[in-house]
This record gives sequence, C-alpha cells and structure tokens, in this order.
Amino acid sequence: MASVKRRVAVIGAGITLFRRRMRETGRELSFYAAKMALETAGITIRDVDAVVCGSAPDAFDGVHMKGEYLLDGMGGHNKPYVRVYVGGGTGVFTPIAAWWHVASGHFDIVLAIAEEKMSSCHPHPQKAFTTIFDPIYTRPLGPNLVWIFALEMQRYMSVHGVKKEQIALISVKNKRNALDHPCAQLPAKITVQDVLNSEVMVWPVQKLDISPPSDGAAAVVLAAEHVAKRLTDDPVWIEGVGWCLDSTYWTNRDLYYPKYVEYAARMAYKMAGIKNPPKEIDVAEPYDPFDYKEAHHAEGLMLARKGEYLKGIKDEDDIFARYGRDGDLPICPSGGLLGVGNPIAAAGLMKVCEIFWQLRGEAGKRQVKNDPRTGVAQAWGDLMQVGTVIVMRA
Amino acid sequence: MSVKIREYRGTPYSRKDLEEGRVPAFRDKPRARYAWACGPAMGRFLAELKEGRIIGRRCRRCGRVLVPPRMFCEWCFRPTDEWVYVRDTGTVLTFSASYLGPAAERLKEPIIIAVIQLDGASPGIGILHKLGEVKQEEVHVGMRVKAVWKPPEEREGAITDILYFKPIREGQGGGE
Repeated sequence: MASVKRRVAVIGAGITLFRRRMRETGRELSFYAAKMALETAGITIRDVDAVVCGSAPDAFDGVHMKGEYLLDGMGGHNKPYVRVYVGGGTGVFTPIAAWWHVASGHFDIVLAIAEEKMSSCHPHPQKAFTTIFDPIYTRPLGPNLVWIFALEMQRYMSVHGVKKEQIALISVKNKRNALDHPCAQLPAKITVQDVLNSEVMVWPVQKLDISPPSDGAAAVVLAAEHVAKRLTDDPVWIEGVGWCLDSTYWTNRDLYYPKYVEYAARMAYKMAGIKNPPKEIDVAEPYDPFDYKEAHHAEGLMLARKGEYLKGIKDEDDIFARYGRDGDLPICPSGGLLGVGNPIAAAGLMKVCEIFWQLRGEAGKRQVKNDPRTGVAQAWGDLMQVGTVIVMRA
Repeated sequence: MSVKIREYRGTPYSRKDLEEGRVPAFRDKPRARYAWACGPAMGRFLAELKEGRIIGRRCRRCGRVLVPPRMFCEWCFRPTDEWVYVRDTGTVLTFSASYLGPAAERLKEPIIIAVIQLDGASPGIGILHKLGEVKQEEVHVGMRVKAVWKPPEEREGAITDILYFKPIREGQGGGE
C-alpha cells in the first residue's frame, strides 16, 4: 500500500439517545450529534473544512438523495460534503472516508457523522429491507432480511458445532453492558434461558438474538496531527483502516466465515503494524446486530481462531471472564447493537465513539480495566458482503 | 458516552402516541413501479426454468460452474465460456425456518428455506429456495433434495416455477 501522507486523530465525539421512534427528524438528530462532537473537540462548524455523511438505505426515509436531505443538520452547508454508503458497514466506513480526506493532506478538520431514522418506514422497516434482495431471482420467494442471518447462523453452528446456548451468552453480556450506557435502547439483565424462551423469528434466530430497529445519530471530529496537537492533549490516533466487499451472490460463498472481514482487518492491521491481534488489541467493538455476529466477526478480525470464539465458554461467568470489561479481552463494552440499539449507520459510528472514549479513559462505568492503548471497531452489512475496520491508538 | 458529557438528546415516542395522534406525522405511500430487464444470463436462466431445466455458466479459467448464470466471471474478470445444465437435485448447505413474512408479520406455519448446492454446480455455489414435504426438525445440513416443479402450463419463467425442493427419501435415488 502506498504511504500515508499525514497522521489523523479523533478529537471529539457526539451521540444522541438511541430509541425505536424519535420525534426529531433525521436532520435534527444529526444536529444534536454534530454539535456534541464539535463542542467536545472545542471547535465550531467554522473550523470544519469538510463533512462526510453516512446513512443506510434511502428506503427507510422514503427520500432519495438522503445525503443532501440531511446536509444542513450535518453541518455540510456550503462545504465540501459527501455521503458514503456500504450498507451496515457504513458507520465505520464514514470515519474511514473522513480519514482519507485528512490523511491526503487536502483538509485539516473533517466532521464524520452518521444518522439513521428507521421509524419513518411504517409500520416496520423490514419491508424496506426486502428491496436489498435481487429483484429477479430472490424477491419472488418473499424473503425477509432475517432469512440471511438465520442461514448464516445455522451454517456457522453446523460447521463448528457451536451451540445456541453459547451464542445466547453474547446477548446476555451485551445487553448487560448496555445498562451503563446512557443512550441505550434495550439494556437488560437477562439470562440464557430468556433468550432461548424468546419468540422464534427465523430459526435459529429468536427475538433476543436480534438488535432492534432504532432512530439515532453519532459523530466524530477528525483532525490532522498538527491541528490535533494544538487542540487537545488526548488525541486518539486512527492507525489503521480497512474495507473489503464480496459480491451480492451470497448463496455462492460459504457463510461459516466472513473472509471479506478478514481481508479488511488484514489491511487495517498491516497499516497499524499489528501482527498478533489478540495480544496487541486491548478492546474491541465487533459489529453485533445479532449475537452470533459478534463471534463471527471476532473470528474475522482474527481475535479468535475460526470457530473458537466461544470455545470452552459454558456460562455467564465464562463469557464475562473472557470478554467482559475486566476480562481477558473486553468485547463490546458499550453494550453493542444488541444493547444500545441499531440505527444502522449511527450504530457503527457509535462503536468508533466507544473506542475513542475507552482509549481516552472517559467511559466511566463502562471503562475497561486493562488500561487500553489499542482498540478496533468493525462494521458489516449489505448482503453479508462488506467488512469495514478501524484501528485506533491512544 | 463520555463522563465529560452530562446530557444526551432525543425525544422518544411510542407507536400508540402515533396512532392516537399525539405525534404529528405526515403520511404517504410511494408508488414506484419497475420492469427489470433480465440481461442475457438471467433471461436464459428464466427461459430454461419455464422448460423445467436449470442452467448455469462455466468459466474455463477458474473452472467454476455459476448458478445462477453470469456472462462474466467476477474472479477471473473475463467472459464466461459456455452454458451448462445442472440437475434439479442437490444438497442442503444451510437451512432455516421463518416465522416472519416479508413485512415482519408473524406466520403460524413457518416457511422452511435453504441454500442448496445443485448437482453439477461447483462446490459452495448454492441457490436460495424453499423446502416442502418435510418437517423442520427433519431438515439437516447435507440433506439431499429434489425440485418440485409447477405443471408446465402454469410456468411463467420465474424462480417460482420451482415450487420448492423436497427431500429425496431412501430408495428414491438421485432422480432425473
């Protein structure tokens, strides 16, 4: 890979509440998150050279040119402004795009902001999701989005002999972690039995295996090294970025392993000089729209060997000892999408915000106990085909 | 959340708030209509389905037989070379039972679905379809299945010309 011109730091972050339905429009939610990010960075919109917007399908809002629609709330008025989109991978891809704006030397300060308002699609955003499928050979079968996750989860379980009881522990962990997140939509103290007794949606996926639809926004401010050092004593450096996409022919690949996530992670790790991910990474936020996805993605991120993320994990004590905030390798200390909520693009960026706060030691009750220096955030999506990865260091 | 931040903004409302008019909302239903040109690959695939056959395309460089067919190979990034019929029997790679319809509405009887590797397609090249004449608990990865077609006069050149795949019971063989 060609050399990178400039180092880039995150210097501020902002987030709204995540809820099923919010009275504010997407523009207003964006404004809240942007303002908070700018204020915590100690700057105003006048200092921002460019804005990168992230938002998932137009169909949620029923408004095309959604990027342009959101522009004023995102602080993009009369500035270089662009929307990026890679499905569920968008939330982590948005700061990646902002990173290259700055790393290229073209801009000194860039605002990266992600918004999702899924409640506008009424009564349920699932109907909008069905239009992501191929119109000719898939949609006539009447699919809903959960089908693909159920098929992937089943394949993962079958290939590795992983049990549903083990996978449910991820939901238990993340929803409990979310009790300490002030923006969380579905924080809860639940048990494995609660997950296994919850409504069957698309077997083997049950209600408590899934994150909810949400409204919300999140934002980060990125700055070039010379600017970041002037503005803050605690810059968090973006040391590696990676992204990779497979085709939409999702039935033509073995679903037990997300190879494209591994390729994205390899790109980011190479840039960050990481050779042994589980040893060199102190805190991770893999994308968890479903509980099994945390395992799937932690393996794609090479934090565990294929099929071994849950190896030897039998109960709550085991999973918190391994992946809790004071565990061997804290995973999803935020509470993840399962606990905090899943406003698609904003959820991915929420993970980047979490790593920022963790590395700054500002996460309060959620602070991981290993004095973290290096963190990774990852998102995933479209037709199970995209991986986006950011490595950050304090 | 950062310990330095005191207040997080946003004003939630419930579905009931909306239904009972406590939240002003403007309603509309976009009515877009589409006619998707199928292209040469998918067009031939659908025409063959109408005849009760399933067709793919082979790339001679990587050797893969792609189903559904494509006129180019995304691995080799060159045109594919020839049409290849595959069989209407195959093996379940993964499966699921859906209690949700397309708009997340609840179904009493689940739709059983599977990714099926058809005999003659390359390893790992599967298609999505439904399973029938089988109970959810009987389905397993590796199960052998065969297509159940609509009667010829009812076929219209669509993936739904195959009604579903059913298990090949012992003694029934692979079947042509």
